[in-house]
Amino acid sequence: MCSGSLKALMAACAMGALLGACQREERDQRPSPVASETREQVALTTNSAGPSPPEIRVSGKGAKYEASAYDQSQGKKYYAWFNCNGCHSNGGGGSGPPLMDDRWIYGGSIENIVQTIREGRPNGMPSFRGKIPDEQIWQIAAYVRSMSGNTSSDSAPQRNDSMHPHPSESRTPPSPPVNGGTVAPSPSR
Amino acid sequence: MRLARLSALLISVALAGPVFAQSPTVTPPLSAAPKDDGQWTMPAKNFANTRYSELNEINLSNVANLRPEFTFSLGVNRGQESPAVMAGNTLYMVSPYPNTLYALDLTKPGAPMKWRYDPKPEQASQGVACCDVVNRGPTVADGKVFMSTLDGSIIAVDAEKGTMIWRTKIADINMGETVTMAPFVAKGKVFVGNSGGEYGVRGWIQALDANTGKPVWKAFSTGPDKEVLIGPDFKPFYDADKGKDLGISTWPPDAWKHGGGTVWGWVAYDPDLNLLYNGVGNPGPWNSAQRPGDNKWTNSVFARDIDTGQARWAYQATPHDLFDWDGINESILLDITWKGQPRKVLVRPERNGHLYVIDRATGEVLSAEAYAYTNTTTGVDLKTGRLQRVGDKEPSVGKVLRDVCPTAPGAKDWNPSSFSSSTGLLYIPHNNLCMDWESQETNYIAGTPFVGAEVRMKPGPGGHMGEVTAWNILEGKPAWVIKERFPVWSGALSTAGDLVFYGDMEGWFKAVNAKTGEVVWQFKTGSGIIGQPTTYRGPDGRQYVAILSGVGGWSGAIVSGDLDPRDGTAALGFVNAMRDLKNATTAGGMLYVFRLP
Repeated sequence: MCSGSLKALMAACAMGALLGACQREERDQRPSPVASETREQVALTTNSAGPSPPEIRVSGKGAKYEASAYDQSQGKKYYAWFNCNGCHSNGGGGSGPPLMDDRWIYGGSIENIVQTIREGRPNGMPSFRGKIPDEQIWQIAAYVRSMSGNTSSDSAPQRNDSMHPHPSESRTPPSPPVNGGTVAPSPSR
Repeated sequence: MRLARLSALLISVALAGPVFAQSPTVTPPLSAAPKDDGQWTMPAKNFANTRYSELNEINLSNVANLRPEFTFSLGVNRGQESPAVMAGNTLYMVSPYPNTLYALDLTKPGAPMKWRYDPKPEQASQGVACCDVVNRGPTVADGKVFMSTLDGSIIAVDAEKGTMIWRTKIADINMGETVTMAPFVAKGKVFVGNSGGEYGVRGWIQALDANTGKPVWKAFSTGPDKEVLIGPDFKPFYDADKGKDLGISTWPPDAWKHGGGTVWGWVAYDPDLNLLYNGVGNPGPWNSAQRPGDNKWTNSVFARDIDTGQARWAYQATPHDLFDWDGINESILLDITWKGQPRKVLVRPERNGHLYVIDRATGEVLSAEAYAYTNTTTGVDLKTGRLQRVGDKEPSVGKVLRDVCPTAPGAKDWNPSSFSSSTGLLYIPHNNLCMDWESQETNYIAGTPFVGAEVRMKPGPGGHMGEVTAWNILEGKPAWVIKERFPVWSGALSTAGDLVFYGDMEGWFKAVNAKTGEVVWQFKTGSGIIGQPTTYRGPDGRQYVAILSGVGGWSGAIVSGDLDPRDGTAALGFVNAMRDLKNATTAGGMLYVFRLP
């Protein structure tokens, strides 16, 4: 009796695992070469000349990265490889601003973040154009979005292997971007 | 319980100290610390770095009446590490980036602004400043004010008119270089070095002509002897520091080219020996597994001929650094009687937790007692000069090493101590911190961080994070210790009024009894204090005490940079210990000047 129900349970589990395995996350195995550069048309502000908000034309490819565990995991690796953590730590910030909170000086959408990485920003963010391939910039940007819980929790990275600076990205409560944040002191006069 | 704990933290803990030397057998050399003229023209007060004033109008009997006389906003709410420097009838200070130099007219009520000079440093320089966009102050000499900018310019400004005399660019932010140190001016030259030990730069110190800004000599901290300015006159005391091109051979191939060794702290000068003393910062990256070897000449102190820069001796306090223990702290020049012999020494509270007494003519270490809690080293072998490490406190890649004390900012960071000629004690403001450390592989990319370590700091034994220690140099032990809730990140000032001044990170500016450590006066300023207190005699003949209030720096970056306290590794691991700082203070940038009624 007892062993019978255990068997039934195990069978159910095995079936569930099999069904789950049918849906495999798609990966882009041959990303576009280094030379290409995505051109998303984004704004850094919510106001525009005229009554309507700023015109934004994005390709929508950001959604693919934000839903992909593979891309965010790759992004987390590149985040350390390209020394992002030297300034932004594990999202809490340092010489650069925090990335795990809801404050975004230069916009918090994935397209904004891709542009920030590629173009740099005037208060010290270096430009990585020509240093990081386009595909990897998107992956890093998707990982950065996961730091503030703005990617789905089943695709965001899980716990680290070693030091835990904070609960894993997949457990970070979502904090939708708010424009603003600490802007460096303005140059005199 | 809570009250008792608070009072134990905030009120000084005066321990029964040994007898005070009433006629100190420890004195700074007169040539480096001349008789006090009532001015305060350079951050360290004099070439001997004593930060001691002979003024005694403000003293133990009346300090309780001390009150603010005037204030001045620097207009930048970032870490204020500059002192207010006084020369003639004018008070000078430099703000954090954008490094505005202010001159206040002390002859008029309220000390109005006489002029300001805006050097307009490159905005992008903020991105390669590891630990807030600080500046450690101006220096006044021969009618000029000398200052540095974050983006690496050294500027001479007319002290009366506020107009630029010369400007020399000496550092490149695209290589990760900045300048945060106060220029040191002596013998017609300006001495200054680079910052950027966390960005894989190659460190150096250079001398500029004080009249023209033209480079006179430049000495690198790593690389071939020719570029380190090591020649036939170089006679280090210990065998480990002898040999050809050690700045190359103690590194993996080419690692010295981005191995750090920056010079961003304090410089001293002995006119009698004609020697300049400069400390050298940490090796890069922090991950020690990527740089096997002693990594010379990082974490060392150099004695150099002030005219040519040629090294006379060098001593590496922390070979093959494991924990970011820069050797840039102040060298205080003193003449002492050691085991019956008169010795000319320099005294260095090192980041590794040991108080080095070094013969400044030869480089021999006479003593290196621990002045703060450490579980990573047991002392220094005086025969070989070698730091003795505790075996199991060595990091490895991918493994978290727990409870390492002291931490990356060291037992004491940049904030300078003060030697009092009246008590013969050295007053050391410092940290009581421990940390967890994990080394990681890191890549060198010019102009980006080169660190390779995850760090998480926490309070040291006792639960408090800061201490002010009054140190008896001859006996090698403390006379008293004050415990503070947060790290003590401000400098110290001692006076002939038997007072020691310092500030805490909550904003209290304090005067304590130099003999006992008892707090005898305190004033709550608007923001946490990480600056350098100074004192001077004003044009009215009265004694004034000045301090900048404005939290920041590495320890206060959580407030000045508005960092997220959920990430313990933020600000290179300091945020883990400083989570409460946001509840204790806010950013600021205000000068406070005090006087008796």
